[in-house]
Amino acid sequence: MSALDPLFTYLLRLGDDNLVLAQQLGALVSTMPELELDIAVANVCLDHLGQARYLLAYAAEVEGGGRDEDHLAMLRDERAFRNAVLFEQPNGDFAHTMARQFFVDAYQVPLYEGLATSADLRLATMAQKAAQESRYHLGSSSGWVVRLGDGTTQSRRRMQAAVNALWPFTADLFSADEVESVLVAEGIAVDPASLRPFFDDTVAAVLADATLVLPSDAYQRTGGRQGLHTELLGHLLPEMQSLYRAHRGVQW
Amino acid sequence: MEQSSTVPNGSARESHFAALLSAGEKIEPRDWMPVAYRRTMIRQIAQHAHSEVIGQQPEGNWITRAPSLARKAILVAKVQDEAGHGLYLYSACETLGISRDELNELLHQGRQKYSSIFNYPTLSWADVGAIGWLVDGAAITNQVTLTRTSYGPYARAMVRICKEESFHQRQGFEIMTTLAQGSEAQRAMAQDALDRWWWPSLAMLGPPDEQSTHTDQSLQWGIKLETNDEIRQRFVDQTVPQAHFLGLHVPDEALAWNEGRGHWDFGDIDWDAFWEVVRGNGPCNHERLAHKVQAWQDGAWVREAGLAYAAKQAHGAPRNSA
Repeated sequence: MSALDPLFTYLLRLGDDNLVLAQQLGALVSTMPELELDIAVANVCLDHLGQARYLLAYAAEVEGGGRDEDHLAMLRDERAFRNAVLFEQPNGDFAHTMARQFFVDAYQVPLYEGLATSADLRLATMAQKAAQESRYHLGSSSGWVVRLGDGTTQSRRRMQAAVNALWPFTADLFSADEVESVLVAEGIAVDPASLRPFFDDTVAAVLADATLVLPSDAYQRTGGRQGLHTELLGHLLPEMQSLYRAHRGVQW
Repeated sequence: MEQSSTVPNGSARESHFAALLSAGEKIEPRDWMPVAYRRTMIRQIAQHAHSEVIGQQPEGNWITRAPSLARKAILVAKVQDEAGHGLYLYSACETLGISRDELNELLHQGRQKYSSIFNYPTLSWADVGAIGWLVDGAAITNQVTLTRTSYGPYARAMVRICKEESFHQRQGFEIMTTLAQGSEAQRAMAQDALDRWWWPSLAMLGPPDEQSTHTDQSLQWGIKLETNDEIRQRFVDQTVPQAHFLGLHVPDEALAWNEGRGHWDFGDIDWDAFWEVVRGNGPCNHERLAHKVQAWQDGAWVREAGLAYAAKQAHGAPRNSA
């Protein structure tokens, strides 16, 4: 199959989402506000990394060109990455980390629940496990959004600032083109637009609980699915890829 | 804690404590214990817990650059294990009547220590392998005996910790094996890591017996079951054949098999260098503690928010207006 195979591109999109997020979360280990949160961030990182590996390994197989998960992760440049732009947004303070995670979780829960019944059994098997992980993540991240939103004056200010900063990157989660439409018709993919009601309802309910509001500015930044990223990805990838690229063709 | 110091020698409580020790029974949190025993246990368990927590940093330094996704996952899981050990050990320490916040504060003020080994930098990927192989290897040699230490909560914590550390040690050795069998550059990386980590790993097992201030009393109380030098010899005996298997050179010209003793003879450890690191003048002392303190300070507003939210929930106080 060619690299333009819709399934290959779809798997890259979902795999890159998780890889880029895992890369960011991995950098947070040992920096969290409590020891329990160091352990928790490592857990969430490992879940996303596990999902990324499964999806990228499967993508490489679908492509059939002799690449593997590490080739795909380490040797593609930023224009070839297909993650939505939300995932590459920086860790920022704890409120930013949690806002990013919350928006991701509110998107991935219905995504994986939908994919759990995909006609593609490989995808369905992975999604059944990932859905459990995402539900757990959502419980944790929404708990922090509420706690920080309805905590102290400072935490509320920071949490609102984080929601404002990250909200403009959420529409990209639901971007779709012929890749999705072909696969939706075959019962393989989930239509991104169908995830929006769960996402919107979850965001509305949690923000209300947190005494927070969505920004009134409707501006949204998209393009990640076509490899048009924010400038941040160009800093994240070289760090992740440096060692692999410095010693080509060896085993690690 | 104060009242235990008023118990005279030979009292029923003291002889009960001594009887437990001589019977090889565990001392439990509710048992009477001498003030100095309690103080020693707090110092030792806290130092161990702090070491696990600070120990996240040198290996965490390579999480974002791990050379494959599988290695990244293994490393994140390993560093997470270390944090888990820290949590476990703080809990064991709290059974002695001190809080985690107090212990944290003592660490931040430099009044309690963590293992000197974490004050060395991880300069290449091979250092991740060397830490698992040598540092975790040395730690286990010590900790396996601590599963039989006299304080019950510490001994039990050590059982689980040793299982995980043993896994860490094997993964470190596996990284070293891969590098040693790899390219020229990878072998050089592995040798360089061994060169830098060998002596600090021997030194981390503590000062020689004749200089160790705590050894006699700790042996008597069943806290320690072997001396630093005994543990160090066992570590050297286990590790030298592994280095030979890897085809790496142990950076000690005095290293020689002693048929008569049935042990490896090894050269003199530079204890001045060791004490310099303990005193705070190692390569990374300042960075490690500064990183820890910074993370704690940066997180203050989060912990405050958590408490404020919990208080509102408990008291049904009015919420922030939207």
